[in-house]
Amino acid sequence: MANSFAFSLVTPERTLISCQASQVTLRSGDGDITFMAGHAPFIGSVEPCVLTAVTSEGETLRAAVHGGFVHVAKSKVRVLADVADLPDEIDVDLVKASIAEMEEALMHSHDATIEATLRRAHVRLELANSRGLPIK
Amino acid sequence: MAGGQERILRRRIKSVQSTKKITKAMELIAASRIVKAMGRIAAARPYYEELIGVVRDLSASAGLPKSVFLDAPPEAASKGIIAITADRTLCGAYNSSVLRSAERLSARYRSEGKGVVLITVGRRASSYFKYREVPTAASFFDVTDRPTYDQARSIAAPILEAYESGQVESFVIISNRFYSAGNQQLETTQLLPLDPEKFGPSDDTQALDFEIEPSPEVIIDPLLRMFVEETIFALLLEASAAEHAARQRAMKAASDNAEELIKTLSRVMNRARQDSITTEITEIVGGAEALKVGSNQIDQSYLLTYAGRKVSR
Repeated sequence: MANSFAFSLVTPERTLISCQASQVTLRSGDGDITFMAGHAPFIGSVEPCVLTAVTSEGETLRAAVHGGFVHVAKSKVRVLADVADLPDEIDVDLVKASIAEMEEALMHSHDATIEATLRRAHVRLELANSRGLPIK
Repeated sequence: MAGGQERILRRRIKSVQSTKKITKAMELIAASRIVKAMGRIAAARPYYEELIGVVRDLSASAGLPKSVFLDAPPEAASKGIIAITADRTLCGAYNSSVLRSAERLSARYRSEGKGVVLITVGRRASSYFKYREVPTAASFFDVTDRPTYDQARSIAAPILEAYESGQVESFVIISNRFYSAGNQQLETTQLLPLDPEKFGPSDDTQALDFEIEPSPEVIIDPLLRMFVEETIFALLLEASAAEHAARQRAMKAASDNAEELIKTLSRVMNRARQDSITTEITEIVGGAEALKVGSNQIDQSYLLTYAGRKVSR
């Protein structure tokens, strides 16, 4: 199809999404960016965010991406992430508990690793919220 | 005594048989793990290819920017070795070949007047160097059975730090590479500095004019850092598959040896049993014969006495 392109989201351990998409939105260096068919060749960093992809059938896919790179060339959009999660893999209670734990830890000291993990946890929670899961 | 011998042999055969059961089970477990490990290698391949493709496109479009990871760094006091072994033994020469090679390489570095920064993965390497009182910069356990990317990242952290701070001028990984279920080889892989040749344009890259955000100079370092992590991860996955393959082979050899031993022992035992039966028969026949002979003698003496009496009467 003319207005769709091959989209894939891969992590070192597996390929999470591989489909034909008409639109992909994610957060790059300075702000959100949306790719559509025929985008100019692009290489950019990806900030932790909830990635949204609309497939050529009109279905919306979401995934939590925790940093990585996006590569656009020859009607292909590829997102390389170190870590990424699909919505149904997220245990909301567990994430909430870990957020509380890390916020507690950050009150006493500043640790860059904990801060990074906390940011990831928030992205996961945002993703879980976006699919309308009951949040206690 | 012949019967005692037989009992001892029977006990030994039983113990060899139970050992064989264990080695056979380990062989089957290792075999099933090879398949899983190969699956993981296959699942990790697309990422590796995409990542190298991104760096290639970047270098084709903007030229490879300067990066500490690419250029030969200034002379530093030491060189780094990363030795990847298993956590457990019972896998043939898998561990010892890595350790021997690491020893040899560090001896060479020392003769060049360099310090050696040693990083070990797996309990075998850690305990080997601890016993010999060789200091290690970092040790990692419980990785090679089923490596995860998080683990690869935590292994990469001290390596990248030592390299970027200029304390260490290069890093090599000594590990077993997995080529196929029947072919694994010990290899020393250069990790840092990266070889810029690797990122040269391949045949299918056409120089597209890439929009790069942020600038190539900014993006290159995190990209190459990721590449280092990914290389470690890929080598860990291969080492894991090679370990399972080595263990399967070692356990198959052990099972075969046990089978052989059982055969030999059974033969000796049957011989011993036959011997004891023969001895018993000989004893019975001998006894009966003796009895027969004995009763004749009694008879005769009786007769003699009787005759004597008769005579005397």
